[in-house]
Amino acid sequence: MQPLTLNFRVTTDDFSLAGQASSAVKHTLKDLGFATDIVRRTAIAMYEAEINMVIHANGGNITVTITPEEICAVFADIGPGIPDIPLAMQEGYSTATEDVRDLGFGAGMGLPNIKKFTDELDIQTKLGVGTTVTMRIFVK
Amino acid sequence: MTIAKIAELLNAQVHCGQESLGRDVHSGCGCDMMSDVLAYVKDQAVMLTGLVNPQVIRTAEMMDIVCIVFVRGKKPTDAMIDLANERSLTLLSTNYRMFSACGILYEHGLSDGGQI
Repeated sequence: MQPLTLNFRVTTDDFSLAGQASSAVKHTLKDLGFATDIVRRTAIAMYEAEINMVIHANGGNITVTITPEEICAVFADIGPGIPDIPLAMQEGYSTATEDVRDLGFGAGMGLPNIKKFTDELDIQTKLGVGTTVTMRIFVK
Repeated sequence: MTIAKIAELLNAQVHCGQESLGRDVHSGCGCDMMSDVLAYVKDQAVMLTGLVNPQVIRTAEMMDIVCIVFVRGKKPTDAMIDLANERSLTLLSTNYRMFSACGILYEHGLSDGGQI
């Protein structure tokens, strides 16, 4: 199988559309025959990151590379950046607004969930410049 | 427990996914915070929620949840029903409150699917 690269643009115009990229990747992985566990872990981690992009960073770009060995997803935004990554990684810590909580998010589980469901997680962030989250799920 | 049994126990209205009423549900969760659902829910579950927005359907999709029950008589929007139909999800509404709805299903043998 040749490496497959998928690109998505995430916007914040319509919150109801958040999750479209994760859904598309989930379907692609399923169609390619990846194991259920790999498909679900990728879907959950990507969905959390996609929601984060919408609620914290005014959207951004997602690049997903799929090979038989791993799934790598890179989320790049030009949002406000994360001031304190260890704090953001703590379960229950969130800077989300009440509006976001009313929609069922902002429980402070986003980054911890991403960490839990991926094999590698790297966060590069610069205040006022943006954040790039890279996650990898190993197939074997 | 089948989705049909859940609908019967909760005296629920079926909005879509009638063709899946025979499907088996292995565990359940009652939750309004979607991130908690994403963190803890197990395989082939039913989700009970008081939250009504399209992200409830998306969350269910990511988790392979097979049925969503809206409590306190809440109803999904047409857009949510369309999304659910595309994903073969069954949507139900019950007039029971969250606590009672979860209690009824638990009493009849449905569990949360294990430890965290």
